Amino acid sequence: MNFRRSALLPIGLAVSLLVAACGSSSSNSSSSGASIKPTGAPSTISAVLFSTPQAAYDATEAQWKKTAVGGNVTFQSSYGASGDQSRAVDAGKKADYVGFSLETDMTRLVKDGKVAASWNTGPTKGIVSRSVVVLVVRKGNPKHITGWADLIKPGVQVVTPDPGSSGSARWNILAAWAYATQNGGTDADGKAYLTKLFKNTVALPDSGRDATTAFTGGTGDVLISYENEAIFARQNNAPIDYLIPDITIQIDNPGAVTVGSTPKAKDFLNFVISKAGQTEFMKKGFRPVIPGVSAKVTGANDPSKPFPKPKTLITIADLGGWSSAASKFFAQKAKDGTDGIVTTIENSTGKGSS
Amino acid sequence: MVVVTPTAPAVGSRRRHDRESGGLRRGSAVGLGLSLIWLSLIVLIPLAAVAVKSSDNGWSGFWTTLSSPEVAAALRLTIGEALVVTVVNVVMGTLIAWVLVRDDFPGKTIFELVIDVPFALPTIVAGLVLLSMYGPQSPVGLHLANTRVGIFVALLFVTVPFVVRSVEPVLIELDRDAEEAAASLGAGRLTVFRRIVLPNLLPAIAAGAALSFARAVSEYGSLVLLSGNLPFKTQVASVKILSLIESDNPGGAAAVATVLLVVAIVTLIAIDLLQRWAARRA
Amino acid sequence: MVRAEPPVTSRPTARQLRLVRRGGQGPGRLVMRYLVVAYVGVLVLVPVLLVGWHTFEHGLSPVWHALTDPDVEHAFEITGIASAISVVLNLVFGVGVSLLLVRSRFFGRRLLSLLIDLPLSVSPVVAGLALILVYGSNGWFGTTLEGWGFQVIYALPGIVLATMFVSLPLVVREVVPVLEEVGIEQEQAATTLGATGRQTFLRITLPSIKWAVAYGVVLALARALGEFGAVKVVTAGGVAGSTQTVTSLVEQRYGNFDQLTAYAASFVLAAIAVLCLVVITIIRPKERR
Repeated sequence: MNFRRSALLPIGLAVSLLVAACGSSSSNSSSSGASIKPTGAPSTISAVLFSTPQAAYDATEAQWKKTAVGGNVTFQSSYGASGDQSRAVDAGKKADYVGFSLETDMTRLVKDGKVAASWNTGPTKGIVSRSVVVLVVRKGNPKHITGWADLIKPGVQVVTPDPGSSGSARWNILAAWAYATQNGGTDADGKAYLTKLFKNTVALPDSGRDATTAFTGGTGDVLISYENEAIFARQNNAPIDYLIPDITIQIDNPGAVTVGSTPKAKDFLNFVISKAGQTEFMKKGFRPVIPGVSAKVTGANDPSKPFPKPKTLITIADLGGWSSAASKFFAQKAKDGTDGIVTTIENSTGKGSS
Repeated sequence: MVVVTPTAPAVGSRRRHDRESGGLRRGSAVGLGLSLIWLSLIVLIPLAAVAVKSSDNGWSGFWTTLSSPEVAAALRLTIGEALVVTVVNVVMGTLIAWVLVRDDFPGKTIFELVIDVPFALPTIVAGLVLLSMYGPQSPVGLHLANTRVGIFVALLFVTVPFVVRSVEPVLIELDRDAEEAAASLGAGRLTVFRRIVLPNLLPAIAAGAALSFARAVSEYGSLVLLSGNLPFKTQVASVKILSLIESDNPGGAAAVATVLLVVAIVTLIAIDLLQRWAARRA
Repeated sequence: MVRAEPPVTSRPTARQLRLVRRGGQGPGRLVMRYLVVAYVGVLVLVPVLLVGWHTFEHGLSPVWHALTDPDVEHAFEITGIASAISVVLNLVFGVGVSLLLVRSRFFGRRLLSLLIDLPLSVSPVVAGLALILVYGSNGWFGTTLEGWGFQVIYALPGIVLATMFVSLPLVVREVVPVLEEVGIEQEQAATTLGATGRQTFLRITLPSIKWAVAYGVVLALARALGEFGAVKVVTAGGVAGSTQTVTSLVEQRYGNFDQLTAYAASFVLAAIAVLCLVVITIIRPKERR
């Protein structure tokens, strides 16, 4: 009786120690099955990345660890909405390598001295991955969505992430804007289209990945997302189809190392934009940023010709570059008191955050 | 619930007690200071920061946030669902407590354990549990994801234990004499319950209901996967707060958080008053 | 307690007494029993068992493979360490505050008691926001702390603070009623016999509340291990392999179409929660004595 009673008392605390012990028995070793001897002392790279390229980075890291340079490196990676991640690094989150969805999330860190101003002077101008905006529908396309025009039809439920936190959301909106203002359309046409689009939006999840999860979980009829996200979902057997609209925008995702980062981070960055790295990215549905890369892309509409050229492809340069686009569309209470176009529309349709 | 009732001094130790109750001894003063520092650093100062931050944009900013259509809808939904869930819990919780105390059957111990599971289970795991039962892959064909009924069931799940555990000890302590006397006079069981048992249970039921309400209003983890976060339809206040934080609007997030804080404080005061009322009746 | 004082016309029969004691006649009692068991069974038991089934749907080895992923193991390690630290700290302060609340008189005692209970009713997201506002890099204390090189938010101290916040009242709630019940006579007797304050505390007070303390510790541990909302806000989802707790990992893996890992980690957390409940069930009768 005494034994049983006194044995019970430490059980509760012992549970947590057990849990910690199980954890500490894990081997945080770098590479398994490496055939090349790694150079240099073991080191760690902290990577802070936006939400969608996790599978691509995991695969690229695994490949890099098989090389001499990358053999002894452990990765500690965090994935989340591009805007959130950028602000987190600004606020002190540890990062050696950062990869965001769009340039303004990178320039925020440049302004605060966390990333060198020369980040975009490399061979790929700082861009590490590429994609296009696509429209994702349920398998078999039951609502017969064929393009941007169908998204504003009554009864169509649209899912797109929240522009306040998500990079994907901003690309989506710019692509929609490009559609609405093509062939001589005015700003008023663009605003009218975006207003109707937001009225049809039933969910504004925080990140590109959250939006994909919401859509595959049953929300909405059509998801606006990255091409690579659609391909990744299909690789995981999600019952979806996707189509590239007639006019869409080229998504360029920047990547860089931070000031004061471990030197291996730069080696990793170079690997990411090398042929080997871009092959891994391509396998996960990204369009390569350098020429001469080829791979079979399961999950794409046509795995052997996975990246058809859209009828009209615009780039952010056509819209005046990110800094002007960001203030024109997404400013929240800018210095002169005005809101960006999207902020105003969100507030008027009641879908805003403030 | 922390009930601090005055302890009656034993007769023989009055003198010593007087010496202690005159104020704080030095050791207690140090202890009080340390405890206040601990409580302040962990709880009080952070919560005060929330209230202060919500005034970042002044009163007008505060009201603008709260009256914006999305936030107002989220608050209405949260409080409305919490109220409905609390009503159900009051009925079912009292019933469950009754069966636990007055009935006996094989497996009752396991049953007691199951009741406490929602309290000990991590909320995200509760979310997965609910999603696997009521999500797109539901085995019983109930697809409640992205619906308000789904939120209702989720809140019901996490608040199961509160009324039960509040009522149970009171029911155990209850003196049966009055019930037996009433029964011997021919009163039906329902009358006995309504006239004799229930009035004694009311403070405990109310306290449990307040705890259940507070939990339902503040619930987050179990709703993240199941509710779908559809503005105006299934977006609850706690999810909206996170969304505001992530949209770089901490002032707005603090405003909504302050509302929830006020609800929490009012609930706690209500519980305290109820327990004082209960102590007086005993 | 309202006592009815009717004139006694006849003593209750044995049968009537038995009925009242057992809560009523046959069919009504059975109906209530089945209703209650069905309610709890369908609402709680079935979904929990379903998760267990989903976890082991494809056998034991995929689950083991998922759980031995370095990031998953590290998440358990971080969660365990943070929870242990927060439980120990809350235990020390919890017992101290309980003694203060019961054994001393001071102005604002009731208010202190109410403030201690505050974390129970506060939403975890609000708790996380509150901690960020104070300890974040632009926070009230955060700027100074960062100057000293001490990072709280996005790091382990932040996780510890978040778990401390939510489990703060649990030890106090359990110990205070027992302290009140136990009374001060034994302690006074010890002091009369010449025991120092420390001896009195260690030999008299502590043993009298040990089951309440154990109960509170297990509750606090279960709560700390399972905290999700506050930790998510404070670590922004966490860095896998570094500051990601198990609960954040579950959410992240689920969103990555990696349902197996999400279920596997959830199963372990649920098993630990049930284990804590079993311990509590065993301790509870002793604590109530």
